[in-house]
Amino acid sequence: MPKIKIDGVEMEVPAGITILQACELAGLEIPRFCYHERLSIAGNCRMCLVEVKPGPPKPQASCALPVADKQEIFTTTPMVEKARKGVMEFLLINHPLDCPICDQGGECDLQDQAMGYGFDRSRYHENKRAVPDKELGPLVKTSMNRCIHCTRCIRFATEVAGTEELGATGRGESMEVTTYVEHALSSELSGNLVDLCPVGALTSKPYAYEARSWELSKTESVDVMDALGSNIRIDTRGAQVMRVLPRLNDDINEEWISDKTRHAIDGLRYQRLDRPYVRKGGKLAEATWDQAFTAIVDKLGKLEGGKIAAIAGNQCDAESMVALKDLMAGLGSPNIDCRQDGAKLDGPRGSYIFNAGVRGIDQADAILLIGTNPRWESPVLNARIRKRYLHGHCPIAGIGLVEDLTYPVENLGTGPATLRELVAGNLSFFEKLKAAKNPLIILGMGALARSDGAAVLALARELADKLGAVREDWNGFAVLHTAAARVGGLDLGLVPGEGGRDVEGILAGCEKGEIGAVYLLAADEIDTKRLGKAFVIYQGHHGDAGAHRADVVLPGAAYTEKPGTYVNTEGRVQLARRAAYPPGDAREDWAILRALSERLGKTLPYDTLDQVRDRLVRVSKSFAAIDQQQAGGWDTFGAPGPLSDAMFASPIANFYMTCAISRSSRTMAECIASREEFAQRYLARARRMG
Amino acid sequence: MITADPMDVPYVEEFRFLPDYLEKVKALIANYPPGRQASAVIGVLDLAQRQEGWLSRTAMDEVARLLDMAPIRVYEIATFYTMFQLKPKGKYLLQVCTTTPCWLRGSDAIMKACEHAADGETFSVQEVECLGACVNAPVVQINDDFYEDLDEASLKKVLDALKRGETPKPGPQVDRQTSAPEGGPTTLRSE
Amino acid sequence: MLADKDRIFTNLYGFHDWRLPAARARGSWDNTKAILDRGVDAIIDEMKKSGLRGRGGAGFPTGLKWSFMPKEVKDRPHYLVVNADESEPGTCKDRDIMRHDPHLLVEGCLIAGFAMRANAGYIYVRGEFYNEAQTLIAAIKEAYDAGLLGKNACGSGWDFDLYVHRGAGAYICGEETALLESLEGKKGMPRLKPPFPAGSGLYGCPSTVNNVESIAVAPAILRRGAAWFAGIGRPNNTGTKLFCISGHVNKPCNVEEEMGIPLRELIDRHCGGVRGGWDNLLAVIPGGASVPLLPKSICDTVLMDFDSLRDQKSGLGTAAVIVMDKSTDVVKAIARLSQFYKHESCGQCTPCREGTGWMWRVMERMVVGNARIDEIDALEDVTKQVEGHTICALGDAAAWPIQGLIRHFRPEMERRIRARTEKLAAE
Repeated sequence: MPKIKIDGVEMEVPAGITILQACELAGLEIPRFCYHERLSIAGNCRMCLVEVKPGPPKPQASCALPVADKQEIFTTTPMVEKARKGVMEFLLINHPLDCPICDQGGECDLQDQAMGYGFDRSRYHENKRAVPDKELGPLVKTSMNRCIHCTRCIRFATEVAGTEELGATGRGESMEVTTYVEHALSSELSGNLVDLCPVGALTSKPYAYEARSWELSKTESVDVMDALGSNIRIDTRGAQVMRVLPRLNDDINEEWISDKTRHAIDGLRYQRLDRPYVRKGGKLAEATWDQAFTAIVDKLGKLEGGKIAAIAGNQCDAESMVALKDLMAGLGSPNIDCRQDGAKLDGPRGSYIFNAGVRGIDQADAILLIGTNPRWESPVLNARIRKRYLHGHCPIAGIGLVEDLTYPVENLGTGPATLRELVAGNLSFFEKLKAAKNPLIILGMGALARSDGAAVLALARELADKLGAVREDWNGFAVLHTAAARVGGLDLGLVPGEGGRDVEGILAGCEKGEIGAVYLLAADEIDTKRLGKAFVIYQGHHGDAGAHRADVVLPGAAYTEKPGTYVNTEGRVQLARRAAYPPGDAREDWAILRALSERLGKTLPYDTLDQVRDRLVRVSKSFAAIDQQQAGGWDTFGAPGPLSDAMFASPIANFYMTCAISRSSRTMAECIASREEFAQRYLARARRMG
Repeated sequence: MITADPMDVPYVEEFRFLPDYLEKVKALIANYPPGRQASAVIGVLDLAQRQEGWLSRTAMDEVARLLDMAPIRVYEIATFYTMFQLKPKGKYLLQVCTTTPCWLRGSDAIMKACEHAADGETFSVQEVECLGACVNAPVVQINDDFYEDLDEASLKKVLDALKRGETPKPGPQVDRQTSAPEGGPTTLRSE
Repeated sequence: MLADKDRIFTNLYGFHDWRLPAARARGSWDNTKAILDRGVDAIIDEMKKSGLRGRGGAGFPTGLKWSFMPKEVKDRPHYLVVNADESEPGTCKDRDIMRHDPHLLVEGCLIAGFAMRANAGYIYVRGEFYNEAQTLIAAIKEAYDAGLLGKNACGSGWDFDLYVHRGAGAYICGEETALLESLEGKKGMPRLKPPFPAGSGLYGCPSTVNNVESIAVAPAILRRGAAWFAGIGRPNNTGTKLFCISGHVNKPCNVEEEMGIPLRELIDRHCGGVRGGWDNLLAVIPGGASVPLLPKSICDTVLMDFDSLRDQKSGLGTAAVIVMDKSTDVVKAIARLSQFYKHESCGQCTPCREGTGWMWRVMERMVVGNARIDEIDALEDVTKQVEGHTICALGDAAAWPIQGLIRHFRPEMERRIRARTEKLAAE
């Protein structure tokens, strides 16, 4: 370990780190704009200059210089001060001093560092540079006069997002960060550009002029837009969620979140169910809680348990699901399911979680994607795979519809037959997987949510066994879910009981009149037409498909409005916190079920959130370990059987709208429209120019 | 230097390298190790410009495709290097050097005369930085050729000849051999 | 004066044919195999002993630079890269080598490539030198056809391929790491150092970038001996050098002369003197745009070599002598250079991107005296904020001419400011 001296203090630091990192270890903060831990080193802002001996008689960029033994580093000498003040002055001469109307105000690196290194007046008497703003689509607002050319955004788009669309055209003081050809960014991670921009050049378009950062209450929580469970911070003002930002968690989302996670939140404002409704004369009419419960009791009281069914949706918290399960048990119904898409998963925990963990992607040295489009199903996880790809020596292949995943994927074939061939060792990629130390098999819902899903699951398991992908020190069997609630639901056993019906069975039963009542717990992703004449209770937060079909609507809380437990695709239990209260008469979901149970005479045995959570742990031990990934059991699962010819296709047809919240989001609608619009605009221009 | 997609240029529906140009493209790519075809980007853009007279976005996109580069990387290149013309130019591009060595020897007048001659069809004019022929200042590069030791009269002769479709002799427009002193070299006279 | 027999560039002006037979008659490719047979160490040793300092401007010892290449070729090939992106205002010497005596360069490339264990070399020629590049390409082809390049070049047992790579208009590509970036198909933006090219250069492989003239003189040094070359000029400033004398002289020209020739002798002997006589001299930029100018008082006696000019707080640079007589608006002359650097800044790092534009705009005001006296100090301070704080030396190059102007012509700048103030007051 090299011994160095920083500002006269001797210390030993790990070899290979940079001087900037060494200074941070020493507890010194080195100002910087272009440097970012997760991006390549650019060294262009020149803010992090320090004096280094031995070395040339000029300051060095600490972000780029590796430490060397016996180095002496000075961070406060007149040479360093002069250099940093000079750089700060240069950055400010062409920077508009429009902080009062800048959305970055209050959380701006330039503003903060100007406090330390800025002058109180300008020596620059020339005109400031004017740079045309760029159109980057509905999420990222530009104010390019403010750009300090740190190129973080370009590096993010190129390296992390893998969508090489941003660049710097021109040169010298005419250099401009741009897409050159005007179009919306095609990345599902583009919102992160706003976080990365150290100044107000790139700001959030939907959030523009909405609030100042210091007015907001900040709540640390968990995302439910996909099954990754990205760690987020929800910023609210009063009852309104103003924005969602990523929280750092290297085990899960590093410091990125998807555009849906960040920007679907305006959907929380629209189409909300803020009071109970009861259908009268074919129309939903406003009702009180009492009236709504009465209507339910009237109906359910007359039905035997076998005629009642319940389906839990994709974003349900574990608390409400366990309450639903207990209520159904109380009513004597075995007809319960949390798999709206019909995924054939009900085996031991190891059969339905992403056993390798997100971190496992970093260690994998061959990856097989089966029936999944991770770019749409979990953009942040996809970026992790890309990161692994960039690191090198990791062949990646896919079975099923393989889109542009931002890294090259060898397309092995389209469906189960290809998987069978691979398992038989008839495809050359088998050898690559076999040669890998840590092969990773990522199994998506596109392979499992189909009639032959159990057979596909069995095949995938066979492959894992053949490859030795499941060992003491490595478990490369990884199921990538699309629903945030799914692993929790499976952990709690929200699958049909003895003689019970699954989603398909429930819907078929409704059509045939065998099921008299269905309880939809925020379940909107089923074919509601098939509910037939059944009495439908919908408990949820949005007036989406389920509520439209319902006979009774019970207004619940969205994920930002209740404390909730979620289990991500890795099987990691995480707690979401309440950032705002649900609107109007809407209530926390487990509490609604608890209240209803009392009216039904099947009172659930818990009165407080803590008691519900105790119940969770009793049902599944995995709920005891918060934030940990619990290893899953590994015994028999799947069911060998006939395979269909149909190709594997991701269940997500449109990344931007996958749930009631995102379907209600105008921002998400704009994202969809903008791609179309830019294509149209280009065509129009083409026609105009002849 | 154009830093945004220019909207005031003709829309080009399609760009394809003509067969002989495509041969040159392939030869250029072969100059670099396998997988390093991006190294040829300047050369291939230059070939596209030579074929069409200027670089349309369509041409840049085709270059990106041929070299397996992201289009933005090609746009960056095309806007960084000053020899790429992102708008149509006249038949002859008068690139007038006005950097100090040429300025000391009268490039102001040359620039003025060239601006006067520029009609956008036969002649376009571009102020350029040092062309690297300073001992023969002032210099105007016309397409690929350097016209040196110019004054207004000799420039006029050159431009008039070009207008007539002739190719005036490049190099010094006074009586001297390339970079040797006027009137004959002071060295290397012993044969 | 340098004797004709000691001249290396015997076809500098193109009076003779550049092609292979004529080049051979001038001595090129004369038993090159024998030179290569001496082995890498002997060649580098000879180059070191010759005292040759890089002719691209920085004056780094060429032999030493070659010796930085790894001693054996491992998993990454070695590359020779020749910097023919001649763009420093005032400089036009490499152009003459390429168009009139390309085989000097081509043979030099083989020898240098061999000495740095490279099997491939790229010559990066500035894009504007289209015809020069074509000549060079033709010369390379001749060499291939004659078995001088390619497999078993010159029968030496060494394989060496040589390619011409054209630029497209960017002064910054003369900076060696920007050149490598450009050669890799990127924008010419200088790299952070370390790593240095000898460790990680072209395509991340060990590479050495040399100026055209440095490479072109190598064969002569190795044929005639280090002692011969070292015997010309002064200690630490040895050999012959191509000078480019432009501006206000009677006969601007390129000429090969001895290092350390007095500036006045250079101008009087080869350029027919300063326009209007020596006493009409105002100032000289002795080494290309990026070195500070010298007033006449220093020009009277200064010697043209690295150390003498450094002692005068200027530099030999590329030995491009820009002469300005008393009719010159010296502030404008330097302001035009500031415009040049503003135009050529790559825009990557803050001090250069922002500073070059700032300095140029203030300089334009200084030309007409539209400033306050204390803005001269502010301007000088800004040059010091740029200098030494950038990724590459372009920042320094932009700062130095202004510093030189203020050092030697501050009274003239102040005079203009006062004159304008008085004129405005009178109106």
